[in-house]
Amino acid sequence: MDDSARRDALFAGVKAIFPILLGVVPFGVIAGVAAVEAGLDPVQAIAMSPIVFAGAAQLAAADLIARDAAPMVIVLTALVINARFAMYSASLAPSLRGLGAWQKALGSYLLTDQAFAVSVTRFQQTDDDLGGRVAYYFGSAISLWITWQVSSVLGVIVGSGVPPEWSLDFAIPLVFMALLFPTIRDRGTRLAAVVAALSAVALIGLPLNLGLLAAAALGISAGVISEVIP
Amino acid sequence: MTSHSPLLLWAMIGSIGLGTWLIRLSFLVFLGRVERVPPALGRVLRFIPAAVLAALVLPALTHATGEFDLGTDRFAAGAIAAVVAWQTRNVLATIAVGMGALWALQALGWLR
Repeated sequence: MDDSARRDALFAGVKAIFPILLGVVPFGVIAGVAAVEAGLDPVQAIAMSPIVFAGAAQLAAADLIARDAAPMVIVLTALVINARFAMYSASLAPSLRGLGAWQKALGSYLLTDQAFAVSVTRFQQTDDDLGGRVAYYFGSAISLWITWQVSSVLGVIVGSGVPPEWSLDFAIPLVFMALLFPTIRDRGTRLAAVVAALSAVALIGLPLNLGLLAAAALGISAGVISEVIP
Repeated sequence: MTSHSPLLLWAMIGSIGLGTWLIRLSFLVFLGRVERVPPALGRVLRFIPAAVLAALVLPALTHATGEFDLGTDRFAAGAIAAVVAWQTRNVLATIAVGMGALWALQALGWLR
């Protein structure tokens, strides 16, 4: 593939993810605000976005940090939320076979729900060679990275000045709610969500804020069992 | 506000970042050695987003005051936002309607 074809693929990736970026901005701003409200200093709050680069996990971690949950529980909860990336990593791997070590390391760091969604669709529909696929993936992934960093820095700046009467922390469950519904695709995922939600309410008193992890485990088990026993 | 020390907070942020990167890297590196995701692992991973997100949402609405209480502004605003989230699947619309409903209910002062 020549340079111009590769450049076309890169811009196609940017174009495909562009409409999604508009929805990412408020999410990033909320993540920045949440980090400041949790009590992180501005440097930590800003650094969290490039270091973790995963919105739902950043929000959940900020929420647990604010409530002084045990450090192990905070880290584990964030990693459980991010376990879905293993799925994406596996789905993209056959299309990105032959990638150099550096590209693999950087490409993995940039892997998100959104970049995965647009790339996996493109790889199914077109027959780009490896160079074209890599260009398309990085075009979409880097656009999302820049948007996320800028919007969360904005949130950190804004967050320091927001009075508590505005109840901006309520945006955290609202973001999770908007992310939740698209994940409910069939009977199994619906059951997993219902069991996890009710368990989380029932187990809220568990020590160390372990209720969330326990509830998620129960929800996942319910989903798996529903598939085994039809 | 947290009472964890800055050093501990850095350690947590770093651990989450490193762990997340390794999860993202996992199959991009290992595929080739294993041909595909082991089916048992795939079955578990499939349910994680729905279960974790649902477990994050409901207690934030039912325990807005710290105790179980369905008569709060937050529970009512959350219920309204849930309809919007379900119908539109749009983050911005859900935040706008949910926050708008919360502020309106707080101004009205009917609930806790």
